[in-house]
Amino acid sequence: MSDKKYKHQKSGKVVSYNKWGYIFLIPFFAVWIIFQFIPLVTTFYNSFFENYRSGLTQVGPNFIGLKNYVTILTNGDLINYSKNTMIMWIIGFIPQIVFSLLLAAWFTDPQLRLKGQRFFKTVIYLPNLIMASAFSMLFFTLFADSGPINSILVSSGLLSAPFKFMSNVTAVRCLVGFMNFIMWFGNTTILLMAGMMGIDQSLFEAAEVDGATATQVFWKITLPILRPIFIYVLITSLIGGLQMFDVPQILTNGTGDPTRTSMTLIMYLNKHLYSKNFGMGGALSVFLFIITGILSLIVFKVSYAGEVK
Amino acid sequence: MKKIASVLLSTLMAASLVACGTDTSSGEPAAAAEPASNDAPAAEVVEESAEGSVLNIYCWNEEFKSRLEDHYPGYEKVDATTGKIGDVTVKFTITPSDDNAYQNKLDEVLPTNASAAADDKVDIFLVEADYALKYTGAEPAVALDVVGDLGLTSAELANQFQYTKDVVTANGVLRGVSWQGCPGVLIYNREAAKEVFGDDDPAVVQEKVKDWDTFTATAAELNAAGYYVTSTVNDTYRVYSNNVTSKWVEDGKINIDANVMKWVEDSKALVDAGYTTTAELWSDDWSAGFYPEGKVFAYFGPAWLINFSMHADDPDSIGAAGGWGAVEGPQGFYWGGTWVCGAQGSDNPTLVADIMRQLTTNESVMTEIVKADSDFVNNKPAMEAAAEDDEYAFAVLGGQNPLAMFVAGADKIDLSNISPYDQGCTEEFQNAMKNYFDDNANLDEALDLFYKGVEEKYPELTH
Repeated sequence: MSDKKYKHQKSGKVVSYNKWGYIFLIPFFAVWIIFQFIPLVTTFYNSFFENYRSGLTQVGPNFIGLKNYVTILTNGDLINYSKNTMIMWIIGFIPQIVFSLLLAAWFTDPQLRLKGQRFFKTVIYLPNLIMASAFSMLFFTLFADSGPINSILVSSGLLSAPFKFMSNVTAVRCLVGFMNFIMWFGNTTILLMAGMMGIDQSLFEAAEVDGATATQVFWKITLPILRPIFIYVLITSLIGGLQMFDVPQILTNGTGDPTRTSMTLIMYLNKHLYSKNFGMGGALSVFLFIITGILSLIVFKVSYAGEVK
Repeated sequence: MKKIASVLLSTLMAASLVACGTDTSSGEPAAAAEPASNDAPAAEVVEESAEGSVLNIYCWNEEFKSRLEDHYPGYEKVDATTGKIGDVTVKFTITPSDDNAYQNKLDEVLPTNASAAADDKVDIFLVEADYALKYTGAEPAVALDVVGDLGLTSAELANQFQYTKDVVTANGVLRGVSWQGCPGVLIYNREAAKEVFGDDDPAVVQEKVKDWDTFTATAAELNAAGYYVTSTVNDTYRVYSNNVTSKWVEDGKINIDANVMKWVEDSKALVDAGYTTTAELWSDDWSAGFYPEGKVFAYFGPAWLINFSMHADDPDSIGAAGGWGAVEGPQGFYWGGTWVCGAQGSDNPTLVADIMRQLTTNESVMTEIVKADSDFVNNKPAMEAAAEDDEYAFAVLGGQNPLAMFVAGADKIDLSNISPYDQGCTEEFQNAMKNYFDDNANLDEALDLFYKGVEEKYPELTH
């Protein structure tokens, strides 16, 4: 023991603390390398091979270079499904951000002194706790041709015959957008509230003294200061939107119908997994990776454009 | 000391995480090596007398399990997925067939079954007609030859309907057996028949649906009285697709048979005229017709649909009141059916053969199944006798005995045109055509969607 103590005194404190930093990082890096980095690299690697199963026979892996990429680019599917994904994301995101901003502004406004805040915050967050697939099943049943929504519409005289929601492009896309909106606006509200509560109250007081209206305060003070949080919300929602899968998958029973207009990129990816087509799946994932990267970069650049001098 | 403890703790934490990642690779060889050394003497014993101590059965639902539990002599139920036959433990691995999950499971285990650990070897797996050929025609074989490997004789199998043997015969070798037959009939709503045709006698109704043109004309008549002719276009799909003259895939190319195209044409006409809908099978919209308010004239289906799927246990349904009738309809067809295959590499061949023998060739067991489960069993003489016996009348059909019709139907079924791709093609075809029926796509666009869907599922195919 005495030996140890002696050594300990000799080595500087700084060095040993640094060492602890690295040691405590090991768990994270181990998990990250196993579950994130290796899959990422193998995805790139797999995308250069013809590798699928036909029944009981395994075809490949045969190295075919960029052929998978060429196939995806030339058959036009990538653009179609990206478009579907973005349309459905925007349908959901616009009402989501509007409602969230409004609710967050009301909840954080000290002058309004809303009662039962805790209750409402819980309620708006609740839809997010339901599994997306269960939520989707519910909507599928509600909006079926002989479902309750149609019964209400017909018996109240608004429609003469049931409306086929699932056979109408706009209806299906709007349902998907609506579900995403309902599920995520609570989460966004809480994020924005956190941002708004971080704003120095004296700024609002000063504005009030200067005679600014509530609208002016919102646009000139709240929003500009909120921008970093806002960008965070936008990027995470965008990436989440690109990965949209469970809601449309369950709602359309995996078909993306009508005529695949509600098929998202990940649903398309899932189609290739039916035959364990790792080559095409890999190539598609690489494209997704690139698209996600580019879109995030654009959002980032545009949003920070003013600050970079 | 504190420091040492914390170093230890953190390295332990890291080690446990790393261990998680490598567990599969390091764990497997060890696990495989151990039993191998223990089993070496045991393996020799297997060849002499005893067989494996675990009978593994792969299936997608509870049906076969309940048949085995109820009718196999000496079967003892242990819990939900295990049982015992003598000293052998029977283990069921149930994987739902949705989204190909069941087939993927089989694809994973069957090719390497021979080298699997003794207790993990698959002994029996069940297949459906839509993909039976994938397993019975596989090279190298994954299913045991029923006659050659398992020792059932053709005399024992003689009473089975020929079509049930055709489904699981590849290159002249029988690789599975079934205890049931699933010939289908047209099931009509007696109330609707009385109202529209003035009579619900099967002979009168059959005249009204004897071929597809008459069927369409009748649909107009029914529509005038407020009835849908069928609940959805997909009801008639199998009737057309079972009467094709070519396969879904010929020489690696996707092929659409003329009779399937006739289904598209006829169905489009029915939908456009408002005589039927485009709902999916098994959806709530589809099953609405099981009740009087659903206003559906006919369903197409085999015995199991009549007895188990038409909501007859609900007192409000038509079935509960015995309000359905059965006629042959425009064309013969079959729907469903489960085949029992012995897996290559099984270590319980004698038991597998005995299960097949008892359930699919033993007339007394099979008659028991008819009585207890209202199944239409795969035994021609027994069913012919039952067809004459009022004891076997169906309550759902208002006391009509449809077995004679089923026997006649089963004899007519021709399965020379099945392919291993049938399930995927059927699924994609119905999905794609729904777009055409709903006017979201024209015929060519819908066909393109179909080709695209099939080629995603089976990348080796072209059109």
